Amino acid sequence: MRGNITMGRPFWLALAMATALGAVGVLQSWNVALAILNLQLISAVMALGVNIQWGYAGLFNFGIMGFTALGGLAAVLVAMPPVAEAWAAGGRGMAMAAITMTGTAAAVWALQRLIRIKALRGPAVVLVFVVGLALTRSFYGPSVAAIEAVDSSVTGFLGGLGLPITLSWLAGGALAAAVAWVIGRITLGLQSDYLAIATLGISAVLVAVLKNEDWLARGVKNVTTLPRPVPYEQDLQGQGWFMDLAARVGMDPFLLSGIVVKALYALLLGSVLLALFWLSHRALHSPWGRMMRAIRDNRDAAEAMGKDVTRRHLQVFILGSTVVGIAGAMLVTLNGQFTPAAYNPFRYTFLVWVMVIVGGSGNNGGAILGGFLIWFLWVQAEVGGPWLMAMVTSGLQEDSPLRQHLLNVAPHMRQLLMGVLLLVVLRLSPQGLLPEQRGKHGLAQQQITTEHS
Amino acid sequence: MADPFLIGEAMTCGYGDANILHGCTIAVEQGEIAVIVGPNGAGKSTAMKAVFGLLPLRGGVVRLGGQDISTLTPPDRVAAGMGFVPQTNNVFPSLTIRENLEMGAYLCPQNIEDRIAQLTNLFPILKERSQQPAGELSGGQRQQVAVARAMMTQPRVLMLDEPTAGVSPILVQELFARIQEIAAAGIAVLIVEQNARQALSLAHRGFVLVQGKNRFTGTGQDLLNDPDVRQSFLGG
Amino acid sequence: MATKTETNGPPREWHRPWGIAVGVALLLIVLPLVGREGAGVNLLNALVRFANFVVIPGMTYGSQLALGALGVTLIYAVMRFSDFAHGDTMAFGAMGVILATRVLQGMGISAGPLPTALLALPFGILGAVTLALVFDRTVYRFYRRQRAAPVTFVIASIGAMFVTNGLVRLIIGPSDQRFADGARFIIRVQAFKEMTGLSEGLALRTTQAITLVVAVVVVLALFLFLNRTSLGKAMRAYADNEDLALLSGINPERVALWTWILAATLATIAGTLYGLDKSFKPFTYFQLLLPIFASAIVGGIGKPLGAIAGGFVVAFSEIALTYPYRKVLDYLGFETDSLVQLLSADYKFAVCFIILVVVLIWRPRGIFQGRVI
Ligand SMILES: Nc1ncnc2c1ncn2[C@@H]1O[C@H](COP(=O)(O)OP(=O)(O)O)[C@@H](O)[C@H]1O
Ligand SMILES: [Mg+2]
Repeated sequence: MRGNITMGRPFWLALAMATALGAVGVLQSWNVALAILNLQLISAVMALGVNIQWGYAGLFNFGIMGFTALGGLAAVLVAMPPVAEAWAAGGRGMAMAAITMTGTAAAVWALQRLIRIKALRGPAVVLVFVVGLALTRSFYGPSVAAIEAVDSSVTGFLGGLGLPITLSWLAGGALAAAVAWVIGRITLGLQSDYLAIATLGISAVLVAVLKNEDWLARGVKNVTTLPRPVPYEQDLQGQGWFMDLAARVGMDPFLLSGIVVKALYALLLGSVLLALFWLSHRALHSPWGRMMRAIRDNRDAAEAMGKDVTRRHLQVFILGSTVVGIAGAMLVTLNGQFTPAAYNPFRYTFLVWVMVIVGGSGNNGGAILGGFLIWFLWVQAEVGGPWLMAMVTSGLQEDSPLRQHLLNVAPHMRQLLMGVLLLVVLRLSPQGLLPEQRGKHGLAQQQITTEHS
Repeated sequence: MADPFLIGEAMTCGYGDANILHGCTIAVEQGEIAVIVGPNGAGKSTAMKAVFGLLPLRGGVVRLGGQDISTLTPPDRVAAGMGFVPQTNNVFPSLTIRENLEMGAYLCPQNIEDRIAQLTNLFPILKERSQQPAGELSGGQRQQVAVARAMMTQPRVLMLDEPTAGVSPILVQELFARIQEIAAAGIAVLIVEQNARQALSLAHRGFVLVQGKNRFTGTGQDLLNDPDVRQSFLGG
Repeated sequence: MATKTETNGPPREWHRPWGIAVGVALLLIVLPLVGREGAGVNLLNALVRFANFVVIPGMTYGSQLALGALGVTLIYAVMRFSDFAHGDTMAFGAMGVILATRVLQGMGISAGPLPTALLALPFGILGAVTLALVFDRTVYRFYRRQRAAPVTFVIASIGAMFVTNGLVRLIIGPSDQRFADGARFIIRVQAFKEMTGLSEGLALRTTQAITLVVAVVVVLALFLFLNRTSLGKAMRAYADNEDLALLSGINPERVALWTWILAATLATIAGTLYGLDKSFKPFTYFQLLLPIFASAIVGGIGKPLGAIAGGFVVAFSEIALTYPYRKVLDYLGFETDSLVQLLSADYKFAVCFIILVVVLIWRPRGIFQGRVI
């Protein structure tokens, strides 16, 4: 019976989603539909990343926002041209600061191990730490000031490597992976709630760093001139062949250029999604994936069987965060700008969780579906809320303060909608719209359970 | 034969999908002591939980005083006059001993002081340490608190799951003596015991459970004298 | 649950190298002080400045965090999950207070020198309790009866967080609200300076004093309830051992009901005090979640005393680590150009996170040996 559901449902749900997008295309405009599609693709990648952590391994990562932001940072660091002046002004000092910082860390690490007399260890470590910190700051402070002073309204940061921005998608994944390794080393091995709280905290710290360290990526002054992987609309409009094409299909060239650009993005993003989906699908159905799920379902039994659970969790934490980092870089690429202040946990952490839970945790297809569906609702509710509110309040006087208030706050109805949707799905279909397929693996898991008891 | 005061009849139940009990029957009369013995994992604790409604029955029925109580929740069974001391985690560790006793009287707090005084006669430790958290007590002391807490519910049936586990031999004697006093007061006492020989010697009834089924049933003396029971469960 | 048994050995000896280090540090501070003119006055000035910018704000913020953390810890102790909606419950309750305040002000009712919000508090509490109970009946009770895993509860609380957040934004909007009225100060800087003749002033705002007083009263009441009343003891018993509570005839639904009532009340009070002291903004309340959780965990989650201690630890760490000490040091005779600020105020989240990590590595069960989560 369940087999039937999992065979038929994905198809119908995907069809329904496509129809909905098509309806937006026809009723609103194809530009809007494609814009939604692009963000749906990115959301799906993020949901895939969370699903790797939560669905495969039961890890509670509430720090998705942080990894998304790291991906965005990578886009800046890879694609922006280097600012030579800034490097000249403060590059050396920053390098020194980096050296003293790593030196301090190494010294602390070494002292912890080398000093035999326990009582001496504490004061020695504190002393080295304080001196190292002071030294680092003495290099760091002036260099930051020097860097940020360089043409601060335009640059005021070190810039990037000036490479093609699509490379940043890899870099974003790598950066997220590296940070995930550090965070994972600290927080994994803890029970679920703790991990959730700790990751929520670290993501707030990461975003605070991006907002305040102007020398790195201009902070809240934003980086708005990121290069694109696809042509600009104006450039297309300048091409003869393009104007011909527009004339042939009988479309306004302005409109068509927008559609073409968005469609190219969709192709790029879609191929990344497909590749990641294929990889995660393979991983989930490999012995590795089965082991992960066995650990998730019965940690004690797996531990008793000699599995290094914390190590596995670290692996899966890094993998999932990498995928989220890739999505973060793609998002900034699509937007063409990096705006640290825009990262907020509702949109970038909890909404992605809604996607995974509603779509179906443990099922990659489900996570992707959730990404598409939830993003669609999230965007459309922003439009639909005010429309609905206008209908509801049409009985009230035009200038009634209540009506004004309701119309003003109507876009926030989507928070409510997401909450209700999450609660309803969790109650009626706790496995999500596309439940995890428990075929052979279900059996394996039962064996473990009985063995345990 | 008239129905016993408390009877779990032909109980079938288990955790998850598998059944642990297969048509197992346990009964006790007022003023009597009934003892359940059996190898580890036989389902003794499971039978006690089933009688108390902590596990849903898949077959069989539990009757108290002739009434079917199979559908009552555990708190309702407490209200109906049943008291239970589980095998593990049978005190509130961060509550003081006094508070543990008060919790026993949660449903009917009338003349609580008298009841506590009565119990402190039975178990003097309750008074000496009354303001100490129960989690700081030794195993034997803890069992006394656990039994006293259950007695505070003013039960007509007292069910004890291995009350002497982890208790020093002298205290075991002591505890058995108290339990006999409790039964003598007209309360039905149902005990699961590892000290099978000793327990059966004071039991009016004995049940030997093996793999979730009744293997032998009889008076305590019958079972003690039965060569098969001696052979397999009393070590010859 | 993996419970580590820690041996409570004899109190640690005073390690000599630490003693020397602390001694040298003290000497470094004291020597220049006594060697200078007007040393006493300067020391007083430094102390006053420290009190004004670190101690008083720390006490106030600590009380607010403690009240929030008490709610989280109660829910954790009884329901066994971390309630991620708690920050938004605080916002919801505070919103009720603000709306009621506006109505009362409209009717011309005020509390004299005290903020009208104190009179409006019961209405806010009523609102938050209602909301909490609606969630319990429609959401949590179902999972409680199923004995669902804690993660399910946490995810459900995310749903509740979205809904509460949406309601707050719909009803009062996402922007800043100020609703403190009455007298602003109990002690003014100018008055203090005139009174003492010091060059540093000390201010005590009404809202700060109210926060402290209300927090003390609420905490006392809560502890009386938990330790003296039969219902309070039943809640502690249920938190200790759920199954045995059932066997004592304690009705879990009743315990859950009162837990939500208490938690929502505490949340409203905490939210209102915070809003009076700073300002009301829905998103700020969500962000309070982090220091609140940090407080509950530092103290030992599930332990009410721990929540209070944790609240002050977190508040003082946050403020003390982000306060620029230049002027204080100035008075002590150390003149520097730098601000002597250990961490920029933008990184206060980092303080919470660092505290969390430190606790988690060295003392996973917190100061008061709460549950391992
Ligand atoms: N909470 C539980 N969940 C699953 N299986 C259990 C649980 N408690 C006991 N069992 C299983 O039920 C069987 C009987 O256990 P129990 O009744 O505790 O035996 P005993 O006779 O030693 O008291 C054992 O195989 C045990 O593994
Ligand atoms: Mg047993």
